[in-house]
Formats: sequence, C-alpha cells, structure tokens
Amino acid sequence: MTAAPDPRDRDGHYISPEGYDAAEALQELDRRDLDAPTRRLVWRRFRRNRLALASGALLAFLYLALPFAGFFAPYDPAQRNADAIFKPPQAIHFLTAGRFAVTYPMVSELDLETFTPRFAADTGDPRPVRFVARCGPDWTAAFVVRTNLRLICPPEGADLNLLGTDRLGRDVLSRLVIGAQLSLTVGLIGVAISFAIGMVLGGLAGYFGGLADAAVSRAIEIVRSLPELPIWLALSAAIPPAWGPVSVFLMISVILGLLDWPGLARAVRSKFLALREEEYVRAAELMGASTGRIIGRHMMPNFTSHLVASATLSIPSMILGETALSLLGLGLRPPAVSWGLMLNDALDLTAVEIYPWLLAPMLPVFVVVLAFSFLGDGLRDALDPYS
Amino acid sequence: MSSAPPPLLAVTDLTVSFGPALPPVVDGLSFSIDAGQTLAIVGESGSGKTLTGRALMGILPRGAQVVRGRAQFRAGGEDSDLLSLPAAALRRLCGKRIGMIFQEPMSALSPLHTVGAQVAEVLELHSALPAAEIRARCLATFAEVGFPDPGRAFAAYPFELSGGLRQRAMIAMAVVAEPDLVIADEPTTALDVTTQAQVLDLLKSLQARRGMALMLITHDLGVVCAMADRVAVMRRGRLMEAGSVAAVIGAPGHAYTRALVAAAPQVAAQAAAATEAAAPAAAADAILAVSGLNKTYPPRRRGLFDRGRGAPVAAVRDVAFTLPRGSTLAVVGESGSGKTTVARMILRAERADPGARVAFRGRDGQMRDVLTLDGAALKAFRARVQMVFQDPYAALSPRMTVAEILTEPLAIHGRLSPHDRRDRAAALMRQVGLSPDHLARYPHAFSGGQRQRIAIARALALDPELLVCDEPTSALDVSVQAQVLDLFRALKDARGLSYLFISHNLPVVADMADQVAVMRAGRIVEQGPVAALFGNPVHPYTRALIAASPEPVLTRRLDLRLVAQGAGPPHDWPAPFGYRGDDAPPLTEVAPTHFVRMAA
Repeated sequence: MTAAPDPRDRDGHYISPEGYDAAEALQELDRRDLDAPTRRLVWRRFRRNRLALASGALLAFLYLALPFAGFFAPYDPAQRNADAIFKPPQAIHFLTAGRFAVTYPMVSELDLETFTPRFAADTGDPRPVRFVARCGPDWTAAFVVRTNLRLICPPEGADLNLLGTDRLGRDVLSRLVIGAQLSLTVGLIGVAISFAIGMVLGGLAGYFGGLADAAVSRAIEIVRSLPELPIWLALSAAIPPAWGPVSVFLMISVILGLLDWPGLARAVRSKFLALREEEYVRAAELMGASTGRIIGRHMMPNFTSHLVASATLSIPSMILGETALSLLGLGLRPPAVSWGLMLNDALDLTAVEIYPWLLAPMLPVFVVVLAFSFLGDGLRDALDPYS
Repeated sequence: MSSAPPPLLAVTDLTVSFGPALPPVVDGLSFSIDAGQTLAIVGESGSGKTLTGRALMGILPRGAQVVRGRAQFRAGGEDSDLLSLPAAALRRLCGKRIGMIFQEPMSALSPLHTVGAQVAEVLELHSALPAAEIRARCLATFAEVGFPDPGRAFAAYPFELSGGLRQRAMIAMAVVAEPDLVIADEPTTALDVTTQAQVLDLLKSLQARRGMALMLITHDLGVVCAMADRVAVMRRGRLMEAGSVAAVIGAPGHAYTRALVAAAPQVAAQAAAATEAAAPAAAADAILAVSGLNKTYPPRRRGLFDRGRGAPVAAVRDVAFTLPRGSTLAVVGESGSGKTTVARMILRAERADPGARVAFRGRDGQMRDVLTLDGAALKAFRARVQMVFQDPYAALSPRMTVAEILTEPLAIHGRLSPHDRRDRAAALMRQVGLSPDHLARYPHAFSGGQRQRIAIARALALDPELLVCDEPTSALDVSVQAQVLDLFRALKDARGLSYLFISHNLPVVADMADQVAVMRAGRIVEQGPVAALFGNPVHPYTRALIAASPEPVLTRRLDLRLVAQGAGPPHDWPAPFGYRGDDAPPLTEVAPTHFVRMAA
C-alpha cells in the first residue's frame, strides 16, 4: 500500500491514488461468485458438507444396487439348511494356505448338556472362496435377466454364512441383502403418497387461506394427535390375510403414507404462505399473471427443493415404521423378506442372548436412517445459497 | 506534532479477510480518533465499514479474521492493542472503556429482560458498585438519554418501547459505564427521519457533556455533516479519502468522494431549482384521479372463536388526489403513514373500503373505474400500470434468468413472438443502462442497483403509462440511488411516463416530483407543488420532516425545535393543525394548488 495516511497526522487530508469509474462500476457484477443458476449454487454449497455428500453417495449406491441385490447375496434368501441352524458367523481368511481367500467349514457337534449344536471352524480343511462366480439358483436382475452370477460363492461342498444363519438355517447376509429391496422401497412409496396428499392439502391451505387453511390445519392437528402405533396396528390388522406379499407390501406403504402426510402438508403450507408474500410473486400478480402461472412458474420452482429436503427427512420414519410393524408381526408377511421381518426372529430375548447375530438387520436400518437424515440436513442447509 | 497528546485510538494497516484465498474485505485501513472527537466512517454496502467497527470490538462474524494491523487504544493510563488483546482482556475493555451502538435496537436488546436489567448488567460486569448505586446510575443515564419517565423505562421490556426509545435504551447501555469511545454502527438507519434527528442530537449532546469520542459508521453524508469532525471514506475495504469534514466534503479530492457528494440529494437546492418549473397542466388531462380512498383493517382475531375485539385500525383516511398525465406525484410519509397502502389499493393489490373512486384514463382516452375492473379488463389495466418495488433483492425470482424475468410480462399478455420478446428484453436492458450480455444471468449475481434496474426494465416491458414506485431507492446505496433517480427522470422524458412515487425521503422526492402529498397517520396533511411545499411549508409535520432531513451541507444544522413541534402524533400539533381521533380538520387551500390540513 502506497502513501498510507499517517494516523498521527490529524490535520492531513489523505486522498487515495486509486481511480474510480462510475460507468465501469455500473456494469460490473457485484457477486461474481454467485453468477450461476441456483441449482449449481445449491450443488456447490451441498458439496462442502462432506457428511451429507457421503450419505448421498451411499444411498445412491444402495438404491441403484437394489435391482441387482441377488448379485450380492451368496444364497437364495429362502434356502434352508437343516445342518446349519443358528450357525454363528463365519470368516473369510485372506492370503492363507497358499490361496487368495479361504474359509474353514464349520463343524457342529451336539452339546450333550444343553442339547444344542456347537459350531467350531475346522482349521485343517481350508476351502477356497470364489468371487464373482456362478453358483446357486438363478436370481432375476432388474426384473428381466435371469442369472446365477454372484459376488461371493460358497466353496464347493461347504457353506459360507458370513453373518450366520437363522432358526431355519437360512443365510442371514443373503436375507439382509434381499430384504433391503422391500425395506428401502417402502419408504419411497410411502413418501410419494404422503407427498401427494401433503402437496394438495398444504397447497390449498397455503394459497387460499381462510376456511381452507383452518380446515386443513385442524385436520393436521387431529391426525398428529392420534397415537401412531395403535393406528398402524389397526390398519394393518385390517389387511385381509389372504392377500399376497406384494399387495400387503403396497398396502403397508399406503398406510405409512396416509399417516405421515401432516408433516409435509405443514411444510408446504408454510412455504406457500411465505412465498405468497414475496415481492416477485406480487410483481407477477400485478403483471396480470393467472393463478396457475403464479403457482407453476414462480412458487413451485422456489419451493420444490425445500420439499425434497423435507421428504428426504421423512423417509427414515417410514423405514422405521415398516420395521416396527413387521417386527410386531403386523407388517409384511413371509415369504416376503424385510429387515423388520428378520428382526421379528429376534423378539425372543433368549434367542438374542445366544444368537446375537440375529440382530444384524439393525445395522443397515441404523445406517440408512442416519444417511437419510444427514442427506436431508445437507440439502436443507444448501437450499439458500445466495449468501 | 510531538507536543500533541497521542490519539485515543490509532488504527494502522487494519486488514480483515474471510480466508486466505479471498481478497481482504478491509484492506490496509489506517485512521485515528482523538479523545472527545467524532470520526465518521462513510461507505456504501460492502465497503467494510461495519467489519472495521466489529474488528475493533472483537466481534467479527464467523469466518472473518484480522490478518494484520494494530489498533492502539490509550485510555485510563493503559495502552493496549485491541487487535492482539486476549479475549478476556478485550471483554473487560469493551463496555467499560468502549461502548457499542448497533443498527437494529430490537435485535440488539434481549426481549426477555427488562431494559433496566440489561443496562444495569453493564455496570455489574464492569464496576464494583453496590446494587442501589447501579440503579441510581442507570436511572440518571435514562434521564440523560431523554426518557420522560426513567423509572418506567427501567422496568420496561424492549418490545414495549418505540423504535426511537429502543435506540435511546441502546445508547444508555453504551454510555452508562462512561466509556471513552463509543462505536455507533448506523445508529439511526432503522429509524424515521424525525426520530433520527432527535437521536443524532442526543448523541451529540451526550458527547459534548461527557467528552467521549465517537466512531460513527454510516452511509449517509448528511449524518456525517451534522455530526462529525473528521471523516474517512471507504470503498471495497480500502480508504479512499480521509481528513476533516470541511476538507473532505467541502473540497473532495477523490473521484469517488465527489461522486458520493454529488449523489446526495439536497432539499434546499432542489426547492430553489423547482420554483422555475411551470405549474403542471390543468387537471383536465388527469391520468389518475383518486377520491375518498379509505382503508380500515379489522381488529386482529385471536383464534377460531374470537370474533375480534378492539377497535378497527384506520390505515388510510379520506385520501384524494389527481395526477396529471406526464407528471410525478410523490406521496411522502414515515413508516405507518399509510402511503404504501394507498399505492396497493390503486394497483388493486388490496381492496379499498367501499365508497372510494379511482379513475384511470389511459392514452386511448377511455376512462376506467379501477376498483370495479375484473377479468380481461383488469388484466388490460395491469399492462398500463406497473409497479417498482422497494427491495430489489426480493422482487426478482431467484430461479429465473434475467431474460425470463424480462420476457414474462410479454408472455403473460401474449405480446410478440418468442424471438421478438428476446430482442425486446435486450432493448430494455440497454434502456436501463445494463449490457444485454447479462440476459442469461440470474439475479443473485447482481448488485442492488443493478437488480433495481432489472426490476425497472421488467416494469417497462409492457410499455405502461403509469409507474407506481414504492420506495424504489430506499434499499440502495446513495450513489446508486442517484443513478436510479436519473434513470427514472430519463425514462419519464423518453416515454412520457407518469409516476406515483412513494417515499419516506424528502430530499429524494424534492429531486423527482412535481407535486408532493405529505401523509401522516393515514391522512394527507399537506399537498402542493414541490416549490410551494419546500419553499413555504405550512404544516408543522412537513416543517419537521424538512428540518430533520440531514443534508451534506456543512453550514446546515438540524433545527430540533421544528422537529419537536411536528414529529409527535396529531394531537400534539399546535392549533389550528392538531386534532384527536377521527376529528380531523379539512384540507384548506392556503395558496393556489397548495393544500394544508388545518382548521379554517
């Protein structure tokens, strides 16, 4: 800095040598850093939140992998093995016995005191594990292709239950992977339904106000004040027992969606109320724009992103809801496989004590719910990227 | 030079940055303040003036940090560098030796504690006085800052006080510990003009009585002239010019300071210039004639079963005026005067009470009764009357490009082909002084002034005849305000526009208008041609407004006697102007086309 004013010279008249050009200042962009469409600014802001970004990537991977879940399951989820009931988790050993990956078959012997089988690894008999190989029955990829290509194949003549087996000798890992298909999609369908209801009712309340607003707001409060679990139970109990697993699954999604809409309706309503007071909406009104145009061109683009964030944050409660219902035996019914149904096996305390691996489905529930929460938080924080 | 006592505060090379990769927001700033002196730091938004004050108090926002510099503060025999002082030591100094006054007193005072408790807390933290003594000191300070009843103020919560009184409480808090330096960050920007004048006067008298130094951060050169001894002009974090007020404002040396001084509107000069202007044409060719305009808001209902108790609120009472084609009518008033409601009713954004009449006669000569229009007729009316909003940051949708914003009115009214619309958008941009290269950009990349230009371009897209401007420059910097006003004037000449100009700022209005209507408490209290209104104001409220407007004229001092006479509510006005409730005197013609609300 040249010719800085001397703070001691109190009578001096300092004039900076820098120039000033009013005409140039007029054209200059004030916020060069914000010179981009909103979606890119949102992305730029979102990207800075590492946790949300990682959560988003994880969820994207999980959902994209759902149609190909069979590839990640070593067994068919319904395949029983009478020799391996309540078998504990088995490990893969890498770079042992001159092989890349081997496993030691589990040998069971009956404990004559408790009359339960006791499993121990037979370390004298290393069996090679195959990766990306063909084994077991065919599974259907993305509803079309039938194949038996799998990521991990158990060794010939032996079993490989990485997370153990359940009371029918079914592979817990395979059921976990296949169960994700139902457990993860129930949230999406439920949110879609509650989104539709919430949008319509919240929009009506927010745009028209007055009586419509009062009616919708009271309805929201009534639905919110109903005890959630008994209502779920009552509604699920009303599903005819003769229905197939797919219909039951859809009904459960509908029930979850029907009870979840108040939160979204509230979000939509408050956003509508706020946006209606925005000056650019008023400007459009004063231009003579029709109601449809104001909602479609001015309000929607400015609040859909908020709704996506709200919806993301409400998916976890759907997943937890399905888990809770199935856990209580009122949700999905076998032969469907879901995380909640698997945890149903873990209702028995003694079983949990002796066979703790039955609690394995809690981990993916935990991870997915957290990931949705992080992602939703990140989205919400990134929505106002103009500062 | 060595004989002079060292300055109270000497800042050298202060540099503040939001991160090593970003350019500094305050860049190598040096200045000094002597004991008992007032230094004004002047700058527009983004100049770094507020961050300078906050850096000295150690309350920079998250992410900002002092990169280098010293701030030598000498008081009470101590000599310390504010910027390198440990947080605890700085806290001891702040409040005791340095007081701070914030812009927004509502958010600077805690709503859950009484004003008295908050002011007393300063003394509790910084002195060992007994409780009774603290209370006595607080009450004395409250009396000193002009609370009519210090005891009541002590027990009041911030929301029970008006904006002006809240700022007085804030000032009491800053000065109660008798600091040597008070940093005031835009202390009057949130206040009405008449309140501002009184608060400025209070600061000045406090300063004289207590011999404290004042660092006044402001964007308003008028405030500078009324208050400061020395001034430092900042732009984009850098010092542009510094010196005594007489030198800097009287003979600005830097191009930017010259632009600022030239941009500041002045009542006196404008009123003189306006006297030569011919009186507007007879009301025969009125584009807009309003009569009997009232707006009553029902009392607020609390809950579903409350039918609404209490008295209805009369926001606008009996407003009538005529706007000749091609001229500008300014409606002036402070917040709550009903001026914006008038504009909104004329635009049909709000429903007027029954009995009002708003007649609009377009270029086609057809008379329209605005309040009864509907459907296609209302849409056609909207094309002829457009609005420019106060806040250019809120008036443009963040999800639309400038091109989409400018072509939308054309699309709504089905004018031109999509290709021609784009050409028209480019032409509009050029007309408001912006490059058409900006069409593909989004509004958030632009400054407030540029956005207001875009908003004006949008209002012009349909080729309207009447533009209703609701405080179109009050959110803008002074230099930008002058440019936008110039743009309004140029457009008026080029397109034969008529303006209804809503403002709280008399100097701006003096610059723009042919006719002025001054509103207070829902009524027009004085109305007439600009020259008459400024040259010969009759109503005490008009005179208070004029007297209270700070102007960048060195010789002009605020006349508080006039302000005090007219700034109060209507029942405080002297006869024959004062009235109570709805019992207002009629508008009386004191001179041709000059009306004043007074008893005959």
